[in-house]
Amino acid sequence: MAERVYPRLVAARLRGQASYRASFALLCVVSALSQLVELAVILIVFTRVSALGGFSVDEVILMYALAGVAFGIADMVAGQLDELPTYIRTGTFDVLLLRPLSTLAQVMTSDLHLRKVGRTVASAAALVYALAHNDIAWSPLTAPLVVVAPLSGAVIFSAVWVISCAVCFWLVDGQELANSVTYGSGAFTSYPATVYGPWLRRFFAFVVPGAFVAYYPALALLGRPDPLGGHALLGWASPLVAAVTAVVAGLVWRFAVRHYRGTGS
Amino acid sequence: MIEVRDLRREFTLTTKTGRFRREKRAVLAVDAVSFDVAAGEAVGYVGPNGAGKSTTIKVLTGVLAPTSGHVRVSGVDPSRSRRELARRIGVVFGQRSQLWWDLPLRDSFDLLRAIYRVPAPDHARRLRECADLLDLGPFLDTPVRQLSLGQRMRGEITAALLHAPELLVLDEPTIGLDLESKERLREFLADLNTRRGTTLLLTTHDLDDIERLCPRLVVIDRGTVLADGPLEALRAEVAPERVLVVDLEEPVPALAGLPGVTSARSELNGLRHHLVFRRAETTAAALIAAVAARAAVHDISVGEPEIDDVVRRLYARR
Amino acid sequence: MRAYARLALAGFRRYSTYRQAMLAGMATNVVFGMLRLAVLTAAVSQGPIAGYDLAAASTYTWLGQGLMAFVVLWGDKQLAERIRSGDVVVDLYRPWHLQLALFAEDVGRGAHALAVRFLPPVAFGALFFPFRWPEPAALPAFAVSLVLALTTSFGMRFLLNATTFWLLDNRGLHALYTLSTWLLCGLTVPLAFFPDRARAVLWLTPFPAMLQAPVDVFLSLAPQWTTLAHQAFWAVAVMAAGHLVLHRAVRKVVVQGG
Repeated sequence: MAERVYPRLVAARLRGQASYRASFALLCVVSALSQLVELAVILIVFTRVSALGGFSVDEVILMYALAGVAFGIADMVAGQLDELPTYIRTGTFDVLLLRPLSTLAQVMTSDLHLRKVGRTVASAAALVYALAHNDIAWSPLTAPLVVVAPLSGAVIFSAVWVISCAVCFWLVDGQELANSVTYGSGAFTSYPATVYGPWLRRFFAFVVPGAFVAYYPALALLGRPDPLGGHALLGWASPLVAAVTAVVAGLVWRFAVRHYRGTGS
Repeated sequence: MIEVRDLRREFTLTTKTGRFRREKRAVLAVDAVSFDVAAGEAVGYVGPNGAGKSTTIKVLTGVLAPTSGHVRVSGVDPSRSRRELARRIGVVFGQRSQLWWDLPLRDSFDLLRAIYRVPAPDHARRLRECADLLDLGPFLDTPVRQLSLGQRMRGEITAALLHAPELLVLDEPTIGLDLESKERLREFLADLNTRRGTTLLLTTHDLDDIERLCPRLVVIDRGTVLADGPLEALRAEVAPERVLVVDLEEPVPALAGLPGVTSARSELNGLRHHLVFRRAETTAAALIAAVAARAAVHDISVGEPEIDDVVRRLYARR
Repeated sequence: MRAYARLALAGFRRYSTYRQAMLAGMATNVVFGMLRLAVLTAAVSQGPIAGYDLAAASTYTWLGQGLMAFVVLWGDKQLAERIRSGDVVVDLYRPWHLQLALFAEDVGRGAHALAVRFLPPVAFGALFFPFRWPEPAALPAFAVSLVLALTTSFGMRFLLNATTFWLLDNRGLHALYTLSTWLLCGLTVPLAFFPDRARAVLWLTPFPAMLQAPVDVFLSLAPQWTTLAHQAFWAVAVMAAGHLVLHRAVRKVVVQGG
């Protein structure tokens, strides 16, 4: 029965939100539009140039879309972590500690804003467009990437979300810092890594393994060699990177909670 | 059931000294506290604000880890076996809710059933019992955020009991409640302890909670245990007197010779009388009856026994 | 008049306590500034676009990061919340003009934000990135432009909040507003990059007045007087609209009894 607990918690939140149904449709649309704003920026910039970081408009849209789907899913799954400072401050986190459940899972399932699905849907639409308008190197090896890459990306983003929000256990005003890493990663991965300078790239593409969310998978789908000199197989490394970041996230969370409780640190 | 030996919990406070410098100060919220609670006991844990009550409770329930000392609750170390302990104890916070705010009370109970893995028939039975005893029926389907404090507290207690914990820890459960709700809650808890043998540990400011529920109390102030023993003994020792203020319909010059009154004072020309009486010798009710037999009573008030006062006196004796 | 000045000062003080928040906000500005700038740099690396070379693009980015908080580009909710809870009735029966009172408070907040949210990212950009300094003659115009941008933004935010008098739940509208300002004020990409027709339409709206206009004045990318005139027009227009809306709202509240 333990496995059904978390879905039940989420379902309970959805029921609690049922009274706000009126706004839901509008907010869903707004969520989709907010994702599309970045697309508008891309299109606007490309009315003035023909290539960005060595990639054409359709290629950039492919990366943007892959990143968008991944981020949209992560936002729904891990987005509740943004509330962590509030939970700590109001003592709600202590209530979570009193239950025979994992604190991380409880925070993540403490709410679900269904309206965020708008972002994912808009990105998915962009992905369909990008797949149709690019010269994709379709093969039994590259086709699964269309699903595997965004899903791995979602895991990577969620792990990053956990790690950066864990900062709030130490810094009272850590929220803004955490946001700059989580939402910053989302913004970073929407464009090819070649666009960025060395410092940004080192951090957001490799420390935060953002390059594995959209950049490498896109290169693999396009059948293009990496201008940065990365190995051709990196496009398929996303699931592995996702697994590793998930493990790191779990460890960081446990360390953070132990600090909060005062055990062992 | 509970073993605490030499519990210490330290907090580091950083205070700003000047524009940019910070000073770190270690504050000992709990300092060498030791006490045991046997299974089936009902113990009151009292002390003024900032005494270290909440910190102790947090350590006992696994929310915080001790800086040093030995703690065992229900046979396990709370800081190491948080989840296992969570299944065996129930906790009620007066000021923090464990219920889901937007949902009907019934849904919170349902979620807790899943969380604590309570078999459905047991859950249904316990819920029915609690609903009967605490009269939850009228508002089981009301969202928690619309409940009054009294209703919510009854819901919280039910929530804490659905998985049949061996130990129930309550942190200020009657705070802010009206007299009737307090009384009802106390009766329920007393029954829980005497009839079903659930161990109770109750922190409170209200001496009447202790009076009704806890034969034994542990008094803590500034992180240390000041007293640990039967309530009667402490009460007789420290807070033997109360004041009954009586407003009469018509002035009476003096109310003398009332049983149990150690001193009497009148004001407003005999319209109001302050009667100091010893609790051991008479009760407020008996005294009021005695006054009413003599003169028509317009209004009364009884000086509430302040736990702060008891503690202050206790501390003064140290 | 004195009362309004006091309100401004209170607005200033209220936000002074958030020193740590300022540092944290800086982190966000730095990160997002660098991310946005990278894209623009890549774009103008092949040659200046619409008058933006690398230095201009950089300056534009850092000014944008600084101006965002100064004009509260994303909109605020305080008044809306007071309307929803009914507390606004107290505000409406005070012997002041609610819109002006809130404006005074916003001016105080803005003055503080100028020091704490505007200067740091701009200074950061000026120190570490190519920067195009304004001509000395442009500085007074820039100051005026800042005031007008703040006024326009306040006016828009007031109108946005005031919709709560009619639509109790204006969250959707609020989200739409935040979204729109993001794109249409020139924060994400200079409005000059937009295709000609789109740009022309945009300049018929108040949005550019809130962010792109001061940037244009700073960088001297457009004739100053036309930009300032545009801002002045919209500042007056939205404030006037707010005044009328407030008047209507008060009548509605009185008639309906809140």
